[in-house]
This record gives sequence, C-alpha cells and structure tokens, in this order.
Amino acid sequence: MTPLGFTLAAFGVSCLAGLLGSLVGVGGGIIVVPALSLLMGVGIQKAIAASIVSVIATSSGAAATYVSQRITNMRLGMVLELATVAGALTGAYLAAFVPGRGLFLIFALVLTYTAWSMMRPAGRSIDPVPDPLADRLRLHGSFFDRSLGLEVSYRVFRTRLGLAVSYVAGVASGLLGIGGGVFKVPVMNLAMGIPIKACTATSNFMIGVTAAASAAVYFMRGEVIPFVAAPVAVGVLLGARTGARLLGGMRSGTIRTAFVAVLAVSALKMFMEGLK
Amino acid sequence: MRPAAQDPGAGTERAISRILRAGVTASLVTLTAGTLLSFLRGAGYGSRPADVAGLIGPAGSFPRTASWILGGLLRLDGAAVIVAGLLLLIATPVLRVAVSIASFARERDRAFVAITSAVLCLLLLSLALGRAG
Repeated sequence: MTPLGFTLAAFGVSCLAGLLGSLVGVGGGIIVVPALSLLMGVGIQKAIAASIVSVIATSSGAAATYVSQRITNMRLGMVLELATVAGALTGAYLAAFVPGRGLFLIFALVLTYTAWSMMRPAGRSIDPVPDPLADRLRLHGSFFDRSLGLEVSYRVFRTRLGLAVSYVAGVASGLLGIGGGVFKVPVMNLAMGIPIKACTATSNFMIGVTAAASAAVYFMRGEVIPFVAAPVAVGVLLGARTGARLLGGMRSGTIRTAFVAVLAVSALKMFMEGLK
Repeated sequence: MRPAAQDPGAGTERAISRILRAGVTASLVTLTAGTLLSFLRGAGYGSRPADVAGLIGPAGSFPRTASWILGGLLRLDGAAVIVAGLLLLIATPVLRVAVSIASFARERDRAFVAITSAVLCLLLLSLALGRAG
C-alpha cells in the first residue's frame, strides 16, 4: 500500500467506524483501534493514540449540540469529570508500561463486555437513596424531552458511586483510546437515577475533556503520529455526523446485530493477537 | 433546599457550545490541509509502498517543540500543520473548562470554581506527565 492508499484506507475505515458507532450509540474508538491494529498494520499503542484524538473530535462535536439543546447536566458532568480525567491520566500513564500483547488482551475483554452490554436486556434501576452530596452541589437536573414533549426533572443519587465508576471509565479511556461511555452510562442511568438521554449527553460532555487529558499524554510521548491521526480524526467525525443525520428511522435490530458481530470477531482476533 | 440548578446559565451554555463547535471545525480543516500539503509538497509522505512502513513504524516519531511547530507552519510543512491541528483539538475541551471556571467565578460558586480548577490542573499535569513517561 502506498502512503496515499494508506491515508484513503484509514479515512474510509474511520468513516465507517464513526457511522456504525453513532447508529448503534457507541463511540468510534471501539472499532477504530481493532481496524488500525489488525487490518492496517499500525502498532497497537499508535492505533490507541490516533483513536483517542478522534474521540475528542466526535465527543466535542456532539457535546456542542447536546449542550445547546440543554440536555446535558453540566454541573454533574463537571463533578464526575474530575474522576474521569484522573482516571485518564492513570490509564495513559500505565499504557507506557503495558506490553502490546497485554493491551490486545485488555482491549479484547472490553470489546467482549461492549458486545454483551449491547445484547443484554435493559437492567432494572436500583432504588433511590438520599444523597446529601448531590444536594449540596445541586446536581439534580431537568431537560426538555422533545419526543415526550415535556420537561423531565430528575434527582441524582449515589454521586460517590458515580465518581468511582467514572474513574474506572477514565482509566479504560486512557489505556485503550476509547470514550468509556459504555461503563458510565449504565451506572448513571440505573444507580444514579438519571434519564437515559441526559446520561448519554452528560457522559459525552465528559468524554471530550477525558480524551484531551489522555491525548496530551500520548502526544507528549510521541505516540500520536500525524500521518495516521489526521485521516482517522477527520474520518470518524464525518462518519459520526452522517450517522447522526441518518438516525431517524435506522435504529433497527439488524444494524445492532451486525455491529455486535463485528465486535465479537474483533474481540476474538485481538485475543489471538495477545496470546501469540 | 434550593431548586435544582441545571446549568451555570444560558450565556455560558452558548459560549461552551460555540467553543466546542468552532474548535472541532478549525482543527478538522487544519488536519485536512496538513494532509493535503504532505502529499502535494516536496519531502512529504512519498509514494512508494515502502514509505508507509517508515511513516507508521517505530521511527515515526517527530519533534514536539514549539520552535519545530512554528518553523514548520511558516514553511507550510504538512506534518507541522497536522500537529497544529492536533494541538487545536486537544486545546478545545481545555478551553471549555477554562470558560466554565470564569463563569462559576462570576456566580461566586466557590465549590464549582474549585472543582473546575482542579480539572484544569489535571489537564495541565497531563502535558507534563507525557514528557516524563
């Protein structure tokens, strides 16, 4: 493959990853890293570094829309991102000491978890408990739900648990070059009592800052290669935007099943790569 | 108990939304321009299949000093333009945090000034950490 061929292929694969990801509601990173490392011959660390940069672009682009629609709970996001950013620093720092094979194995586990979380039935929410911390910081929120046509108010519970899970999501983000929403959103929704739309918007809001912290570490370490990172960032963003426009009637079970199949195959190949 | 306060204010929301949108757009344009420059100008990416290995290989690292980036930008060096685009992208959420600090300070919300300042400190630490790690 010539440099031009590589650039076009990386751009195409990233477009597709962003498109599919936004259609099924996950970030592009979970597909970009396997695609770059398994199909395009990019070292896993450099694939992760290119992916984390693209995560900043997609999440900031989407966050701009959610914030202006007032769906994002910015106060909650700013509290929880303290933990995601600390986690991202931990993860990105650790990534320098984990050998490539280890990264393949950890990534394969996260892929498996993501595939499973997409197939499992919706979980049941845990009973609300008083949360003085959420009261004191005034984290409770409300937003206008367009599809319901009414204002939805909610109270936030278990802020401490949210901080702990956010830290873990941050570590995964920094270590693997993904957004980490797949870890945060279920807990925010089921345990913290936040409606799913506000969860997605708020998780997305935090991911930009989280990914920026990781990207800075990778950048200063010299892992972010301009040749790879540029087509990936542009591709994932354009793909995700197209996906968001198509979203109207396309959230069908077929796409979801196909996506889970892609995740499962990637997980298997990454396991094999890690055990080589 | 005071009523639930969702946001630091509509003006801040607008500002944050604009910063995010403008930062992403500017960086994407820069990244695209840098990639085109790398292909169109002199000692860019090359055109042989063997060149790819050099570009993505272990030696694919590049100097990350301000003088290299500024010098490269003046020469319209593709790689330096891409690096400027990457830095613009990384700076976008950082700027969002800085704007939030200012808005909480205006509202005299001490707890949130402290929280957002801590996030900003962590972000600045990340730059230092990468150099050390």
